[in-house]
Amino acid sequence: MKDNIYLYILVMAGVTYLIRVLPLTLIRRPIKSRFFRSFLYYVPYVTLSVMTFPAILTATSSVWSGAAGLAVALVLAFCGASLFKVAVGACGVVFLLELFL
Amino acid sequence: MRAETDRSWYRRGLRDGIPIALGYLAVSFTLGIAAGNQHIAALPAALMSATNLTSAGEFAALGLIAAGAAYGEMAGTQLIINLRYFLMSCALSQRLSPRMPFFHRLLIAYGITDEIFGISVGAGAGGYLNPYYAYGAITVAAPAWTLGTWLGAVSGNVLPGRILSALNVALYGMFIAVIVPPARKEKVLAGLIAASMTASLLTTYLPVVSRISSGMRIILLTVLIAGAGAMLFPIQEDQESQGPQGDAQAEGTLKEVRDER
Repeated sequence: MKDNIYLYILVMAGVTYLIRVLPLTLIRRPIKSRFFRSFLYYVPYVTLSVMTFPAILTATSSVWSGAAGLAVALVLAFCGASLFKVAVGACGVVFLLELFL
Repeated sequence: MRAETDRSWYRRGLRDGIPIALGYLAVSFTLGIAAGNQHIAALPAALMSATNLTSAGEFAALGLIAAGAAYGEMAGTQLIINLRYFLMSCALSQRLSPRMPFFHRLLIAYGITDEIFGISVGAGAGGYLNPYYAYGAITVAAPAWTLGTWLGAVSGNVLPGRILSALNVALYGMFIAVIVPPARKEKVLAGLIAASMTASLLTTYLPVVSRISSGMRIILLTVLIAGAGAMLFPIQEDQESQGPQGDAQAEGTLKEVRDER
């Protein structure tokens, strides 16, 4: 098994890269269909929402610190803070809370 | 002029990539520890991270490698777990200029992770995405992902759990920073985000549906909810190009896009 681990990695990397590269290289013009353009416009927001919640609640060592991180991130993002500030703010509140939890 | 723009986009990508890199360090560190537990050496573990750049897929792969699974099974598992990148890549294809040289697409594709995709969509919202923005983010994020895996595999548990725990939310914080600002201006987006989070919560915990793997859940919900959104609220002709991004930033972006033309 030891010697074929690199083959496993090659298979994984190949499949994963193909998934990423095919749409990007095959779809090279603006899509005409209004439905598909709307669909693709909404995709990132839906995907990122689904990935964030409720996963953020179980990402830390306590549901409460996760929830606090979420709340702080929502408020900071709503106030227009930069990516970096939102991320650091969420991390900071989790770290501080977990000192006490 | 053009080079100047590329350079400033690269710098912006670097800057926005820093929180991603920090989050990646934490997550890939635990990935490296898991690899060590499966008796996978630090070098192949780091190589896996450098070539795959994906968390869920790599975590799943560790178990498969340890079990000596068939290569076909490995390929199939990666296909299903990473299929969401397919949707992201489709979405990103609409944010790239048709006039951009082809090789950029080959390079950008390597860096389509949840996080880099997220910030690229945010940065490209005022017009076309400049590939150098993605390169900037990749420059800091990919080495962090690889280094973290390597460190985890060689050292085991050296970072205190409290720091790992806090760093874990960095990635989610960034997702929120990407989706919330445009939702302030577009009610449809706010509604879709709320619906997505609710559906995600329900499908994570309700019986039967909670048995769907998380990768599959993300794909199914994305197709269903974004599909419903597209059917009920088709976007206006000018919506994409005007972009939902905030104020000065969007203006700056538009100007840069115009300069490019």
